[in-house]
Amino acid sequence: MPVTGSKYETVIGLEVHVELLTRSKIFCGCSTEFGAPPNANTCPICLGHPGTLPVLNKRAVEFAVKAAMALNCTIAEETQFARKNYFYPDLAKAYQISQSDRPIGENGWIDIEVNGQTKRIGIMRLHLEEDAGKLVHGEGGFHSLVDFNRAGTPLIEIVSEPDIRSPEEAEAYLKKLRAIMSYCEVSDVKMEQGSLRCDANISLRPVGETKLGTKTELKNMNSFANVRKALEYEQSRQAALLDKGEPIIQETRRWDEAAGKTIAMRSKEEAEDYRYFPDPDLVTIHIDKAWQDQIRQTIPELPDERKARYTSEYGLSEYDAEVITSSKKLADLFEDSLKYTSDAKAAANWIMGELLGYLNANQLEPDDIKISGKHLGEMIRLIDDGTISSKIAKQVFRDMMESGKDPDTIVKEKGLVQISDESAILEVVDKVIANNPQVVADYKGGKEKALGFLVGQVMKETKGKANPGIVNKLFKQRLNEE
Amino acid sequence: MSISIEEVEHVAQLARLKLSDEEKQMFAEQLSKILQYVNKLNELDTEGVEPMSRASHMENVLREDEVKPSLARELVMKNAPDEQDGFFRVPSVLD
Repeated sequence: MPVTGSKYETVIGLEVHVELLTRSKIFCGCSTEFGAPPNANTCPICLGHPGTLPVLNKRAVEFAVKAAMALNCTIAEETQFARKNYFYPDLAKAYQISQSDRPIGENGWIDIEVNGQTKRIGIMRLHLEEDAGKLVHGEGGFHSLVDFNRAGTPLIEIVSEPDIRSPEEAEAYLKKLRAIMSYCEVSDVKMEQGSLRCDANISLRPVGETKLGTKTELKNMNSFANVRKALEYEQSRQAALLDKGEPIIQETRRWDEAAGKTIAMRSKEEAEDYRYFPDPDLVTIHIDKAWQDQIRQTIPELPDERKARYTSEYGLSEYDAEVITSSKKLADLFEDSLKYTSDAKAAANWIMGELLGYLNANQLEPDDIKISGKHLGEMIRLIDDGTISSKIAKQVFRDMMESGKDPDTIVKEKGLVQISDESAILEVVDKVIANNPQVVADYKGGKEKALGFLVGQVMKETKGKANPGIVNKLFKQRLNEE
Repeated sequence: MSISIEEVEHVAQLARLKLSDEEKQMFAEQLSKILQYVNKLNELDTEGVEPMSRASHMENVLREDEVKPSLARELVMKNAPDEQDGFFRVPSVLD
């Protein structure tokens, strides 16, 4: 952890690109499916052949407006596309269709939570654009290979205000943004697969200074942890330069995960000069009030609202509610489970403990969860009605997470039903008493703890299936009656 | 409005054009003339007139989100100057 002390204030702004979950591309009918053979999902439009005309995908507009509304943006009634001109082999037309003035959304905000404090981060703008192709660097460094399958996938770019003051806040902002996009179902927001990508601008200034310092732009951070690490590295690098009185060079730096540092990229020959101009191939988009209202109605309950409801309605702690609502998958699983059990706290505890523990241990994401809320709710009911012990339940839970089978099936297949039949347990109790005369004598001599050992022996004999309450009761009866 | 040689060089670089000294001189003069001509428009009083970015008054030309067949891969590659394993092959751009 770099320490900048109290000398400098860190100023961070994030640019986030989110791929929209449309079936077809933004300006042509090619599929947006991930993982097709190279260039299989291309056509004259997304390959930029001369004489072709782009036609805008209605759903892409609706998803962008929906996302902008969920981020509290003002929606442009009239919006338009512009050409952003630059040469790069992943861009067949030598321009990207994007938006410059009149973006779809402006002046939004989201609230983040860091160290128990709520902070509002401004959103400068949200605009719609097309994605570029993918470059694969060939062997020997002589060639690059281009796959245009991704070219033309609809993207929204979300630019924050420079309101973020620490790498932790940056991570919290990203996580909240991801949750909101996922609740809105406009993107699958998988950073590892590139459907959520993040660039960061970071600068430092002496505490109390209002003018911004010289910034650097960070790229190539493909996970939440890497965004935080890259910003932490850059924060201490800039602080060290400022301490020595050396200037910060405004440049783009690439995060090198293996080396754990940021490296200056070869600077472009010219400063950014994209020469934006309105794209004459595309007409103005008029998003009237009626259309806006229609889109607004598709916005579901968002993470903050759900969190508030979980604390007030189900009595969850702020922390538990925050963690569970940070993922739509977890929140849905929690709520679905309550159709099968009324014990919301138990459901939350299983999610916070066993479920997240299992995901962490196996490096999985909530999206990888195989069980449904029904599985969790039914398992809790099996504990409540005495069918399984809570100890056995942990085993059932792990089995469910691995196989996705329902708890009833697992309990039956593995014979895990709790033994509550007193005569069956009594048989084992008598056997344990007969085999452990010394422990029995200790107990009778006043050593209360000895009982725990005897109960443990019965649990071992019955593979954990004996109802512990009944075992205890039977021991006490037997040992006191003699 | 006059365009300098440096501005011509800048624009040529952005367009990846290699110009001779004579061409730079010629384009500087021609571009200056074009700008002077277009500059006449600035004399118009546009106070209170909404900016217009397109000649067409059409709006909301949209298509439904439906997947249509893509081009066959051998046709995609037909115009490729160089190809490898289904990819377009271009000079290295490693940064």
